[in-house]
Amino acid sequence: MSKIHVSAVVNGDPVDFLADPRESLLDCLRDQLGLTGSKEGCGTGDCGACSVTVDGVLVCSCLVLGVEAEGKAIGTVEGLSDGGTLHPLQRKFIEHAALQCGFCTPGILVAAKALLDQNANPTETEVRYWLAGNLCRCTGYDKIVRAVMDAASEMREAV
Amino acid sequence: MHYHKPHTFEDAIKIAANARGVTRFLAGGTDVLVQLRAGTVTPDDLIDLKLIPGVHDIVRAKDGGWTIGIAVSGAELGRHAALVADWPGVVEGMNLVGSTQVQGRATLAGNLCNGSPAADSVPGLVAAGATVTVIGPNGTRKLAVEDIPASPGRTHLQPGEIVSAIHLPPRGAQGGDAYLRFIPRTEMDIAVVGCAISLTLNGDKIATARVALGAVAPKVLLVAEAAAALIGTTLDDKALAALQAAATAAAQPITDRRGTVEFRKDVTAVLAARTARIAYARAKGAVK
Repeated sequence: MSKIHVSAVVNGDPVDFLADPRESLLDCLRDQLGLTGSKEGCGTGDCGACSVTVDGVLVCSCLVLGVEAEGKAIGTVEGLSDGGTLHPLQRKFIEHAALQCGFCTPGILVAAKALLDQNANPTETEVRYWLAGNLCRCTGYDKIVRAVMDAASEMREAV
Repeated sequence: MHYHKPHTFEDAIKIAANARGVTRFLAGGTDVLVQLRAGTVTPDDLIDLKLIPGVHDIVRAKDGGWTIGIAVSGAELGRHAALVADWPGVVEGMNLVGSTQVQGRATLAGNLCNGSPAADSVPGLVAAGATVTVIGPNGTRKLAVEDIPASPGRTHLQPGEIVSAIHLPPRGAQGGDAYLRFIPRTEMDIAVVGCAISLTLNGDKIATARVALGAVAPKVLLVAEAAAALIGTTLDDKALAALQAAATAAAQPITDRRGTVEFRKDVTAVLAARTARIAYARAKGAVK
């Protein structure tokens, strides 16, 4: 099976990798590029642990082929912090204890950032529906929703 | 697996015609990649249609109708204000498919060609009178959306044929459509029953109507008797009762873990009345 050369931009950095055409973008990120923040929970697009953005659109990276990333800009959880400074969402997740095992957290952070990028002032209902595709089996979601609302509020004040 | 990126539908068809093994076309990939990973379908040739010019476009024709490219995602449909204003029922059906993440990829064409009787976007298309352009080794043909599904997971497309565009007719004045489904939770589930209704008014009276049901038969149903119960009425209680009786009679559901035959028939009646009220209100311009 011949591999295909893929050129993309991940978190602002140009990258090149060789992908088996059957390989998901998630596997390419983790195994070819060493970006292990994105997790595989289900592999069928149900859990959202592998959430990334492709050209700004939130997707499950398990439902995208690595070869489809050619020429695209990919955003992962590794791109959220600015150097050593955590993104407000990351800080608020720690502050509100919005995680326990942490497996779903990278996907939820990426999904929540995608929401706040297009809607700086979401209602709690909007947050809950937006994150309906991100499953967490530990927290019961309340702390996650509170952390997102609080981060949104802080980010609005900072502008 | 060979991965192909044709730049025209003609090239895509040629690749499919020359393929010897299992062939799949890739648009949003939310079904194809799940099947690939589960090992249920491992294509020998995977033909990605997303690089063909025009497949990401939503275009309004001179007559007011719409052509929707086969790679337009649910999220892109939902963001298109003019399309939502004309066909809110079509868009709300598609937007019920999966999560935000799935909406970023999933397409109308994929939902249709996957052949699920519970596909949330298909009843809305059927009620709207949508058609598709199908291109294949024997040329191009136009089919009504209701003529695509055959049975669960099967369509009437011939080997090597592709849906190349979806067409919605002009909405016209005093038209409205709606789609409702029943699921036991609030989000992220598969329809137990789905119902879409599109109608046009002449004053207060319903002039034309189309009623489609999902998840209550081996394929999405277009129910002419249910539409006939609405036409000529002002959606009074008698018309609603006749609609409910016709829709329930047409439903041929099965009992499975999502619901029993009796429950699905009951829900069919409830959803038919609710959907009709929303479509009627939209046609009157009362709500969008």
